[in-house]
Amino acid sequence: MKPKTIIEKIWEEHKVHSEEGKPDLMYVDLQMVHEVTSPQAFEGLRLSGRKVRRPDLTFATMDHNVPTENRSSITDAVSKKQMETLTNNCNEFGVEIADLNSPNNGIVHIIGPELGLTQPGKIIVCGDSHTSTHGAFGALAFGIGTSEVEHTLATQTLWQSPPKTMEVRVNGRLNPGATAKDIILAVIAKHGVDFGTGHVLEYTGEAIRGLTMEERMTICNMSIEAGARAGLISPDQVTFDYLEGRRHVPEGEAFNEKVEEWQALATDEGAEYDAVVEIDSEEIQPMVTWGTNPSQGVGIHGTVPSPEDAQTGAERKAIEQSLEYMDLEPGTKMTDIHIQHVFLGSCTNARISDLRAAAKIAEGRTVADGVRAMVVPGSQQVKMQAEEEGLDKIFKDAGFDWRQSGCSMCLSMNPDFVPEGERCASTSNRNFEGRQGKGARTHLVSPAMAAAAAIAGRFVDIRYLDEAVTN
Amino acid sequence: MEPLVIHTGNTAVLPRVNVDTDQIIPKQFLKRVERTGFGQFLFFDWRFLEDGSDNPEFELNQPHAEGATVLIADHNFGSGSSREHAPWALQDYGFRVIIAPSFADIFYSNCFKNGILPIRLEEEKVYRLMEKGKNQKYDVMVDLPNQKITDEQGFEETFEIDNYYKEMLVNGWDEISITLQYEDKIDKFEKSMNV
Repeated sequence: MKPKTIIEKIWEEHKVHSEEGKPDLMYVDLQMVHEVTSPQAFEGLRLSGRKVRRPDLTFATMDHNVPTENRSSITDAVSKKQMETLTNNCNEFGVEIADLNSPNNGIVHIIGPELGLTQPGKIIVCGDSHTSTHGAFGALAFGIGTSEVEHTLATQTLWQSPPKTMEVRVNGRLNPGATAKDIILAVIAKHGVDFGTGHVLEYTGEAIRGLTMEERMTICNMSIEAGARAGLISPDQVTFDYLEGRRHVPEGEAFNEKVEEWQALATDEGAEYDAVVEIDSEEIQPMVTWGTNPSQGVGIHGTVPSPEDAQTGAERKAIEQSLEYMDLEPGTKMTDIHIQHVFLGSCTNARISDLRAAAKIAEGRTVADGVRAMVVPGSQQVKMQAEEEGLDKIFKDAGFDWRQSGCSMCLSMNPDFVPEGERCASTSNRNFEGRQGKGARTHLVSPAMAAAAAIAGRFVDIRYLDEAVTN
Repeated sequence: MEPLVIHTGNTAVLPRVNVDTDQIIPKQFLKRVERTGFGQFLFFDWRFLEDGSDNPEFELNQPHAEGATVLIADHNFGSGSSREHAPWALQDYGFRVIIAPSFADIFYSNCFKNGILPIRLEEEKVYRLMEKGKNQKYDVMVDLPNQKITDEQGFEETFEIDNYYKEMLVNGWDEISITLQYEDKIDKFEKSMNV
């Protein structure tokens, strides 16, 4: 039999209907729902008198609007209405929701894996582009628009054309100080902000196999920043160990049967992809972005490029646009860029291991004068775990703000934002213009690099933090 | 959905690369629970000055771009967030056609659900259109059944489009109604897969 990729295997297992000249009608195993992209979908169902076909395969949470200081008083009336609308819709249509009072509340892409809803081989959708996160488990997971949210609610299916496949191979072992965040930022910097358009990515190679589940989620999360709707990793023992014992995962003998099924999903030896890109781990340094799209990043010892360095007209335009917005001069050393804000959070980097990595840097040190640093756990579960381990105390002693969970300053739909013209070292996924506030300037980094920037007041190599602080 | 067959309209030129959906419709306007009324917020941070007046520098505010229904854009248009508020805002503002060298996948698919035709065209051809429309009022005609873009000065180029998307737009179909015709197949699938 012809060897297949995991992407082809999942595709074939989910075809409800297929005919020449049409996309395939694909079955969806799980839809996650949040408050921002769902109200118009539920309203559409109401207007046409339709039901949610499979409420049991649908799970809702609120995350984008959630205040991180005081959850019990929501001062923004429009935000409040959007969250209430979600609760009402879930009650009316029989969908389970982790609302603000639930201990399971959190960012949609953090709680799916936490609850064991995310499993290998599933097709998972959500009205959110970072749905690619769930691909870390060997699921085919992608973001959709609100019309498709409504379509999935009504039919539990979507019309989709088979994607092209692309292998993203990360060779060798990581340098000290380089993390999963640095891998994905380096891959996008090397291959471009839209190299994944039209493809599903599969991450392979020694460096990927060596990652924990949480690190794999960070990588898959940012597939969309390369233009790919989905990115995944073939499941292995690391995946199964993470899943065992979680709420929605089968137990005992049923779990063992599942594991056998999941093992068979992994890409076959010799399977061919439509395209292959590679990166060697030795090229990967702790990364910092300097521009307004996630591909505009360099290693910590690099400098801001010049439009003259561009290979194409489009790239030249992109560099010019970015330098103007970011107020940076070509040739500036990354280590000379000073910051006023630090945001540790988001569906990219707010899981317990991210907070541990940042706390390790923060422990016994102090946030620099003039820097506001905040830590926003990805979910209430992460928050509780961190408090059990005393991480909150470490952060607070160092001068960080310790907050409730939510999307927070990744996109600043809630009250948290960066003021105009100020700079933020952020562990989130997008450095777009205005993303963290109108005129705000975002630099994407790993959690350890963000914590180090908070201590030093500028970007520093985490491997030489103490030298940087004394100088 | 309003069908789109042959469309003639004035163009607006936006020669910026990687225009993400955060620029098309900033996050502060995503809190609404309605599907309409987003046009007033389109490109908000670029389009308006601090005091709320029109930014005279912004491309869409040029007098010759007034009433534009065809947007000529650059590489990787619509990248980033999956928010369908982006095509809602473009459509509500008046755009029915967007021509660019490349689009982000989710945005591209979202357009078709809202009666907007996104056309992928080679960079060189898009840049020729941009030249024509950048400083003056410039109309193009888009013929979807024949997959052709023309103007009155002899520009004529064909474009590729998936047949399914094309039929959906030409007929103004509601996709859910089509899918519900396959309900028995969905039932069968669920039984056979035990879901």
